[in-house]
Amino acid sequence: MSDSNARISDLVTSNDVVLFMKGTALFPQCGFSSRAVAILDHCGVAYESVDVLQDMEIRQGIKSFSDWPTIPQLYVKGEFVGGSDIMMEMFEAGELQQLLDESGVERVG
Amino acid sequence: MPMSAAAIEQAILAALPGATVELTDLAGDDDHWAATVTAPQFAGISRVAQHKLVYAAFGGRMGGELHALQVTTKVPT
Repeated sequence: MSDSNARISDLVTSNDVVLFMKGTALFPQCGFSSRAVAILDHCGVAYESVDVLQDMEIRQGIKSFSDWPTIPQLYVKGEFVGGSDIMMEMFEAGELQQLLDESGVERVG
Repeated sequence: MPMSAAAIEQAILAALPGATVELTDLAGDDDHWAATVTAPQFAGISRVAQHKLVYAAFGGRMGGELHALQVTTKVPT
């Protein structure tokens, strides 16, 4: 438990943008994760994705770490932003792009 | 065993009295739902906090028994 907390904490602090998801960015295994990947790709930012299906400890641990029951989960600069619904709402309002800009997140081609 | 639309609505209304709930069956399979929840309790709190209130309505069932619930939250105007 504290072990997975330490690992998650390390992941979200050593990467600007982290998406905890089911499957990989190339092959998402769930519609919600797929939507989260599409939104981040659309924003054109570099991000680290963590496939929770490959790691049971993280899969359980992330839910209590964030106090959030579902996956995907987005972290920017160590802060929990939300799941795919919130990502979509923020994206449509332009708030996600703004958050990424203000956080000085690296853009990719 | 997936949750029925009536059970989903009931759970949300029990947790957020005075809310209105609009459910859409996304896949036509009674298992993938979108809920638009408009509740006075959402006023002045963050999106994450709003969604947490909706998730809390389902106790531990969110992400398990209730696999797919897309949530949109609104403050009544």
